[in-house]
Amino acid sequence: MLSILKSYGVMLVLAMGKTIELCLISLVFAMVIGLIFALCNVAKNRTLNVIGTVYVDAVRGVPLIVLAYFIYFGVPAGIQAAGAADFRLSALQAGVIALSMNCGAYMAEIIRAGIESVDRGQMEAARSLGLTYGMGMRHVVLPQAIKTMIPSIINQFIITLKDTSILSIIGFPELTNVGKTIMGNTFKSLETWAIVGVMYLIVIVSLSKASKRVERRLNVGR
Amino acid sequence: MADKKIMVKVDHLKKHFGKLEVIKDLSVEIEEGEVVVLLGPSGSGKSTFLRCLNQLETVSGGTIEIDGKVITDRHVDINKVRENIGMVFQHFNLFNNKNVLQNIMLAPVELKVMNKEEARKRADELLERVGLTDKADVYPAQLSGGQKQRVAIARALAMNPDIMLFDEPTSALDPEMVGEVLAVMKELAADGMTMVVVTHEIGFAREVADRILFMDGGYLVEEGTPDEILNHPKEARTIDFLNKVL
Repeated sequence: MLSILKSYGVMLVLAMGKTIELCLISLVFAMVIGLIFALCNVAKNRTLNVIGTVYVDAVRGVPLIVLAYFIYFGVPAGIQAAGAADFRLSALQAGVIALSMNCGAYMAEIIRAGIESVDRGQMEAARSLGLTYGMGMRHVVLPQAIKTMIPSIINQFIITLKDTSILSIIGFPELTNVGKTIMGNTFKSLETWAIVGVMYLIVIVSLSKASKRVERRLNVGR
Repeated sequence: MADKKIMVKVDHLKKHFGKLEVIKDLSVEIEEGEVVVLLGPSGSGKSTFLRCLNQLETVSGGTIEIDGKVITDRHVDINKVRENIGMVFQHFNLFNNKNVLQNIMLAPVELKVMNKEEARKRADELLERVGLTDKADVYPAQLSGGQKQRVAIARALAMNPDIMLFDEPTSALDPEMVGEVLAVMKELAADGMTMVVVTHEIGFAREVADRILFMDGGYLVEEGTPDEILNHPKEARTIDFLNKVL
């Protein structure tokens, strides 16, 4: 155990950093994707509703590992076949795209539910004053929706952090992938995976604790 | 009154939700400065009619003209029209994420009708008018129902509308708070505001209305002065309704 920590400690911590980096970048994109498709879903426009539903259903209906393979191998192969012979996606790029798409679909549902939890009268009052739909969303509905969404968003954040491990299969040097390398070098599988597991555990438990604190603070203001 | 200008002209208005016909055929004209009270049993289409006047509900047929402009036309900028029509809701609908001052200032500032200082000044005036100067920094959750509704009236007035719509403004209030809201409305009527009010407060109708419209089953059954409608109703349905509520 100690020998692994001594020889690979720095590598493991760096890999944890990579994991968090991948997760954070994906989460930012996922929020944007989620907001766009959530707005599609709550709009009073059939075409937009269909676009929103198709996206959410399609992405939720495909396992992340398949989505990752599709984006890392499938998409570049298709683009190369279409003429751009030197098109490549790095493991980070493909990983961020796959995770953002996946997390974005769940985020869209969280944001949609948040928007729908706000009383319809709020938007009606905004519109009755002459404010546009967009202004009503921005100044009145979304700020109230975010309060109810925060616990679910943090939960999704934790899920996404764990999902980064799936991207070890496209060779991104995140924590799980580095764990595989260490195991290959040392053959100490029990120790290696125990260390990797504890590292995930520490980060995720501190996240949940922080989220509980945020939740409590929000409830006080209510 | 005869030579006053027509503020609202509703011509053969129809509104249905799916198969449910809520307003079957309604034509009415409202003059500038007139206070019109809509009476009628629940489900008679009063609130729907009111919501059609600022297009919170799109109409299924007929036309509505506000201040000479046909607002049921698809090409009309409805947001511009609404700036001129204030609305007060049964459940107040104050913006829960904003304090009293922010509730009042949001629309004028966001729509660039006023700058921040002007809107602030206007909000202070309005809060004084509704007697809530001391509540400027308070959030809606900390207000009583009557206070919320008075803020809602101030918020609607901030845009300097020509017409005010009231959708059962006192129905969600505890009895002891009805008076304070009606007092603000009476003052507004005395100042010459054009008002269309859906209410069950017969006393308010008797005292403040210039005209009462009695609606039932999606039709305008009878209209007249408070004396005509409340003391000498002609239609059987009006008589029946008044017997139940008086």
